[in-house]
Amino acid sequence: MSKLMLGNQAVARGLYEAGVSVISSYPGTPSTEITEFASKYPSDKIYCEWAPNEKVACETAVGASISGARSFCAMKHVGLNVAADPLFTASYTGVNGGMVIAVADDPGMHSSQNEQDSRHYAIGAKVPCLEPSDSKECKDFTLTAYDISEKFDTPVILRLTTRVSHSQSEVEELEPTEYALKDYNKDIAKYVMTPANAIKKHVLVEQRTAALTEYAESCALNVVEDTGSDIGVITSGICYQYAKEALGDKANYLKLGMVNPLPVKLIKDFAAKCKTVYVIEELDDVIETHCRSIGVDVVGKEKFTYLGEYFQSTIKKVILGETDSFKEFPEPIPVRPPVLCAGCPHRGIFYILKKLGVTVSGDIGCYTLGSAAPLSAMDTTVCMGASVSGLHGFNKGRRGEYEGKAVAVIGDSTFIHSGVTGLINIAYNRSNSTVIILDNSITGMTGHQNNPANGKNIYGDPAAAVDLEALARAVGINSVRVVDPNDLAAVEQAVKEELAKPEPSVIIARRPCALLKTVKHKPPFKINADKCKNCKSCMRIGCPAICWGEKHVTIDQTLCVGCGLCTQLCKFGAIEE
Amino acid sequence: MNKAIMIVGVGGQGTLLASRILGNVLISSGKQVKVSEVHGMSQRGGSVVTYIKYGDEVYSPVIEKGQADIIISFELLEAARWMSYLKEGGELITNTQRISPMPVITGAQSYPENIEDKIRAAGVKLTAVDALAAAEKAGSSRSVNVVLMGVLSKLHNDFDKELWEKAVEQCVPTKVLEINQKAFALGRELV
Repeated sequence: MSKLMLGNQAVARGLYEAGVSVISSYPGTPSTEITEFASKYPSDKIYCEWAPNEKVACETAVGASISGARSFCAMKHVGLNVAADPLFTASYTGVNGGMVIAVADDPGMHSSQNEQDSRHYAIGAKVPCLEPSDSKECKDFTLTAYDISEKFDTPVILRLTTRVSHSQSEVEELEPTEYALKDYNKDIAKYVMTPANAIKKHVLVEQRTAALTEYAESCALNVVEDTGSDIGVITSGICYQYAKEALGDKANYLKLGMVNPLPVKLIKDFAAKCKTVYVIEELDDVIETHCRSIGVDVVGKEKFTYLGEYFQSTIKKVILGETDSFKEFPEPIPVRPPVLCAGCPHRGIFYILKKLGVTVSGDIGCYTLGSAAPLSAMDTTVCMGASVSGLHGFNKGRRGEYEGKAVAVIGDSTFIHSGVTGLINIAYNRSNSTVIILDNSITGMTGHQNNPANGKNIYGDPAAAVDLEALARAVGINSVRVVDPNDLAAVEQAVKEELAKPEPSVIIARRPCALLKTVKHKPPFKINADKCKNCKSCMRIGCPAICWGEKHVTIDQTLCVGCGLCTQLCKFGAIEE
Repeated sequence: MNKAIMIVGVGGQGTLLASRILGNVLISSGKQVKVSEVHGMSQRGGSVVTYIKYGDEVYSPVIEKGQADIIISFELLEAARWMSYLKEGGELITNTQRISPMPVITGAQSYPENIEDKIRAAGVKLTAVDALAAAEKAGSSRSVNVVLMGVLSKLHNDFDKELWEKAVEQCVPTKVLEINQKAFALGRELV
C-alpha cells in the first residue's frame, strides 16, 4: 500500500522492513522522528530507546551489531561530533549484524547552531555514505545500507538533510523480512582495537574503500539520466529534486545516491559526453573537489554558494539565467521570531537573570530563546553542555572576577547529555561557579521526548529517573537547592544567595513544560483597565500573550495559560483572573 | 500541470494538521504529492510555513517567491509576509485574526494597518474570513485550522466534499472530531 510519509518516517519503515532490532538515539532536529516512528512498531521486534547522548547511542548500536543484531542510531549533524569517537573505530572493527547511522544535516540552520556537512565524517571515518532525495529513497536506501554494511563489513552513514527528513512523499509499504540474529563468536583480532590489531585492520579498511569505490562505479544507487543535452549536472540528495524541477530535460544528470566513496570512471564517462558539467551540492564542495582531483573540469562553488539551502530558483538563475516575478507587500513587515511559549517555566529565570545583570553561559534547547529580546538574558551558546564547562573556563579566565555575577543555564536533558561532566570539572577544580539546571521534565525543543531525568522511557513506561539533587551532591557540589521558576521572589533570592557563596553551587529550577498534556492550565488572566496605569512592567517578560492593545495592555485569551508570572510584576493589581 | 499550495501561520496554530488533511485529500484523489514542513525551533510562536505540491510528477517539495497558486494564511500579518510567494494570478485566503509578533509586543515595530486593502491594492485576489469566530462557534479556538480547510474545500472544489470529510476524520483525534467536523462545515459556510 502506498502512503504519504515524512522522510524520517520512511527511514523508520525501512528499519522495520530490514529486520533491525536495536535502535538507540538522542533526539535532534531534523532527525528525531525516525526513532519516534520506529518506536511505534512492536517493541519485541524492534527495540527502541532514547540514550543520554549520541556517543552512548552509537556505542549501543556498535554493541548490538557485534552481538549479531541489525542495529541503528539517529542523530542530527552536531550529534555526530559527539558520536565521532565510536564511529572512527567501529569503521575498523566492522560489523557482525548490519549497522547504520542516520545523520540529518540542517542546511539553512532551521534548528541548529551551525551548518556542518556530515559527508566529511564519512570521508574521515572511511565508511560508505548514502544520500536519499525523497521519502521513497529514504526507505529503499535504508534497506540497501544494511546490505552494504554486511557485504563490506562496515557501518554505513545514511545522510539526510532537513528538506528530505521533513518532506512527505509517497512510499510503498512491504512486509518486513525476518532477520535471523547472526552468531556471536569471540574474535579478539576483529573487535579488540589494540594497536597491534588496529594496524592490521587499517589495511583492511583501505582495501574496503577500494572495493566500495569499485562498487560505486556500477551500483544502482548512482544513476545516469541521459537526455542528450550538452549540459551535465552531477548532484545528490534534495539538490537532485531542485535540479530536475529547474532544468527538466535541459540537462543530463548523474545522481549520486552514494556520496562516499565517489566513483571515478562513472564521473569521467558522464563528463566526457557534456560540454559543461555543473556540480550542484549544498554546503561543502565534496563532489566538486573529488571531480577536480580526478581531472574532471566542473562548475561548482564559483557559481553556487557554501551557505544555506539551494532551491530550484538558485539553479534556474545560475544555469538558465531565469527568475520568477512576484509582488511584494508594500511595507516592511515585522519579523516573527520564535519565542518562549506563554506559561514557559524558563521565562521567570531569565527575567530575574536580566534584572540582576548576571552574565549567562547558555546552552542548547528551548531556553536558548532566553537570548531574544526583550529578555536578552544570555551571553554565550556554543554546543550541548558548553554552558557548564564554558562558565568554568570563563571564571578561570577572569581570575574569579565574575564568580559572583555569572551563571550557567542548562536544561535537564542537555545536563544529562553532557552537562554533568562539566559539573564534575567545576567541583573537582573548585571554580566557584553557579549552575542553574532548568528542569522542565522533558526534552522540549525537539518535540517532547522523555529522558533519563523524567522517569519515563521512549514508550512512556516508568523508568529509573536520575535524581538531579543527589547527582549534583555526589559529584562534590555541597550547595544544591530547588526553586519554582514561576516564583520570582524565590528565584531572585536563590540566585543572589548562591552567587554570594564562596563555593560551587547548583540551583534546580523545577517546573514541567507548559505544553505537556499532564500540565493543567488555569483560566486566562485579564487586564482591569481601570487599575492599569500603562506602565508596561508586565511586558518586560516577553510573554507572547501580553501585547499592546488600542489604549492599554491586553492579554490574548487564546494564548494565556494562567501561569500568573505577569501578576507578580504588576504593582497596581491590574491583572486579574 | 502541477499545483502549489502554501499554508502559513504562527507556530502553534495547527498548520501541520491542516497540511496533513490536505495531503490526505490529494493522495486519495490519485495525485503525486509532496509536502514540506518546518519542525523544531521555528515552531515556538515563530512564522511557520508548509508547502504542498501536487500533479503528475513533482520534484522539489519547496515553493519559492512567485511560484504558489494558492496561499492559505492563518494570521493576517503572515498573509502580508508570504504574499510575494504567489505567482501571477495566484489567490490568497486569509484568516483575519491578528497575533502580535515579539517586536510589536515590545514596541520596537508596529503591526501594519489595513493589510487587507494593501494586499488587494497590490493586485492580489484576496478572500478574508474570520476563522477564529467560526472556530469558537464550533466549540474550540484551536479548530481554526480545520475551519480554513473548510474554506479551501469550498473555494476550490476540485475534490469531492466527501473526500475532505474523510480526510478530516482520518487526521483529527477522535476526542475532538465532532468539534472539527462542525468547524469544517462552518468554514464552508464562510464563503
